[in-house]
Amino acid sequence: MTAAIKPSATSPDATATTRTATTPATSTALPAAKLTTTMFRRGEYHRFAGDGAPYVYLVPSAAVFRLDDVSVAVLDALGQRDYEPADLALSLAPQFPLPDVKEAVEELVRVRAINAFEKRLPQPGADETAAAAGAALPAPVAAPPRKRVPLTTLVVNVTSKCNLACTYCYEYGEDKITEASTKPRFMDEATARQSVDFMFAESGDQKIVHLTFFGGETLLNFKVLKSALSYARERGAVLGKAVDVSLTTNGTLLRTEIIDWLVENDVGVTVSMDGGREQQNQFRVFKNGMGSYDTVAPNVKEFLARKPRRPVGARVTLTKQNLDVVSIYRHLADEMGFFEVGFAPVTTSWQRDYAIQDEGFFEMLGQFRFLAAEYLEYALAGKRHRFSNVRDTLEEIHKGLSKSHPCGAGMGLMGVATDGDVALCHRFAGSDSHKLGTVTGGVNRELQDDYLARHHIENKTDCSTCWARPLCAGGCYHEAHTRYGDTQQANLHYCEWIRSWTNTCLEVYATIAERRPEFLQQFD
Amino acid sequence: MARLKAVNQKARRVDEQTLGPQDVVGLQNPTGPNIPLGCSFVFSPGWEVDSSGGTAGLCQPVERDLYDCHITCFWPAHVPDLYNHAPDWVSKCAAAQKDWRKIDLIFP
Repeated sequence: MTAAIKPSATSPDATATTRTATTPATSTALPAAKLTTTMFRRGEYHRFAGDGAPYVYLVPSAAVFRLDDVSVAVLDALGQRDYEPADLALSLAPQFPLPDVKEAVEELVRVRAINAFEKRLPQPGADETAAAAGAALPAPVAAPPRKRVPLTTLVVNVTSKCNLACTYCYEYGEDKITEASTKPRFMDEATARQSVDFMFAESGDQKIVHLTFFGGETLLNFKVLKSALSYARERGAVLGKAVDVSLTTNGTLLRTEIIDWLVENDVGVTVSMDGGREQQNQFRVFKNGMGSYDTVAPNVKEFLARKPRRPVGARVTLTKQNLDVVSIYRHLADEMGFFEVGFAPVTTSWQRDYAIQDEGFFEMLGQFRFLAAEYLEYALAGKRHRFSNVRDTLEEIHKGLSKSHPCGAGMGLMGVATDGDVALCHRFAGSDSHKLGTVTGGVNRELQDDYLARHHIENKTDCSTCWARPLCAGGCYHEAHTRYGDTQQANLHYCEWIRSWTNTCLEVYATIAERRPEFLQQFD
Repeated sequence: MARLKAVNQKARRVDEQTLGPQDVVGLQNPTGPNIPLGCSFVFSPGWEVDSSGGTAGLCQPVERDLYDCHITCFWPAHVPDLYNHAPDWVSKCAAAQKDWRKIDLIFP
C-alpha cells in the first residue's frame, strides 16, 4: 500500500492490510491490480468537555478518554468525511508534524474511536453501483455466551395494601398491571421465610445478599417483616453470607417502636416523599383525600434524630404538577435532613393528567442541571452533596458500565409477590404475565433466558445508533410497559432527556477529573 | 499512550488490553492443527472480499477463508455469488445469528 500512514500492526482494525504482506498463502491469491485502499472513518463516540478540556465517551465500550490537540484535529477531520491516511496527514500537515498525527491515529484506532477499513477501488468493467453501496463496517464481534448471574437483590412485596391513595400509584392507580384481587393482600410468615430461602438458594457464591422489603405500604405488615429479617440473619449466619436489609415506606407508620427496630437492626430506609407540605399533599393523600405531609414529616424527623447508622434517603416522584426539583431538594435535604434525595418522573401512560410531557422534561432537565452544577461545586470543595441522581450516574460513568440490559431485573434482581410468585422486579410482582417462577419451585430458566434474550440491547433497533445506550439500554421495562404496552420497547419519549442528562453528568465527571481527581476514588 | 489519557476504569482496561501486538489469532494457535469448519457454514461464507471489496469487514480473517477452501473444498468457495448472480441472497438476513433461516436458497 502507498499510504503515508500505515495503520499500526498493533491496531485491531488494521490487521487485514498488514497481514497480506506477511502471510505466504495470500501472495499467490492476490491479483496484480490494486483492488482496495485503506480508509479511516469515525467510530461511535460522544464528545464533550470538562473544564474546557476535550474528552470523548466511546460507544459501546463506555471508556472515557481525555484528548490532546492532535487527536482533536484528527477527530474533527474525520467528523466531516472519511479519509485516506495520506490525505488525512496532508490536511493536518500545516498544524501538526506527521509523527504526531501518526501517533494520534494509531491510538484512536487502538481504542476504536476511529476505524480503518478497506475501500474498493473502481475497476475497469466492474459494476460500480455495488462498490458504491458502502464501505465495510468493523468486523462484528461475537457476543460471549451469557453467564448465569447470581441473585444479589430480592425485593419482597410483603403487602399489596396501602394506607395512602396516591393518585399516580402504579400499584393501584389507573395504570396498574397486577392481578391484586386474586392474590392475598398480606404475605404470610411461611411465604416470607420461603422467599428468604429462595434468595439464598439463588445467590450462588455471593458473600453479600440484599433483601429489600416493598409494598404496598411495607410497614403495614410489620410482623412478617420482623420475622423475615430475623430468619434471614439467622440463615445468613449459618450459610456464611451477610444480609443487607432495606425497605421503602411512605413514612406514615414510623412509630417509635418501629423506629427502634429499624435502628437496632441496621435496616436501610428509603422514604417516598414528594417535597414540602403543598407538594406532598397534591398526590400523596389518605383515602379520605387528606394530605399526608403532617403525618409523615414529624415521623421522619424523629427517625433522623436517632441518627441511624444506615443512611436514610428520600425518593421523589415527579409529576407535571410537581416539577420544582430544586425547592423539593432544598426541603428534603436541607430542612428535613435526608442523607440523599433521588428523583424519578412518574411512571404513567401519556394521557394522564399528571404525566410529564415534552416541555415538562425540558423543565426537569433545567432543574437537574442546576443541582448538578451545585453537586460539582460541592465535589470540588470536597463536600458531599445529597442529589443522588448525579452520584449514581457518576459511579456508572467511572466504572464504564456498558449495559446489555437497562437494569438487573430478571437477572441479579427479582421481585416476590405476596403469594410467593417471583417476577422480573417489584414493579411486576403480582402480574401473572411477567412471572418467572415461585419461591418454592424456583426460577423457570426457559422463561428467564427467553426474557433476557428478547430484552438484550442488541434487539433494540431504536437504540442501535444512540451514543447513550451503554448507560440507558432502552430504559425501565415497567415504564415501557405502561407507556407502550410492551416491555421490549425502548422508552422513546425520554431519549432526548437521557442524552442531555448523560452529557451533563459526563461534563461533571470530566470537570472533577480535571480539578479534583481524588474525589472519584470513592467510586473505585 | 501519548495522545490520549485514560480517565475512567473502562478506559484503563481498554488501554491495558490493547497494548502489545493485536492480530487475529485464530490461525496462529500453536497448540495443534486448525480444523476449519468448511466454507458452506453460513458464518464463514468463504467470500474473498467484503461488501466494500476489501477484507477488513469479513467475518473471518482472509487466511481462514483460504485455508478452509484449501483443506475441505474446492476453490473458489461454493457459496452464491453475492456480487453478480445473487445480490439479494442475504438481504433478509440482518444478523446471521438470528436470521440465518431467512437466507434464500440459490440454484445455479
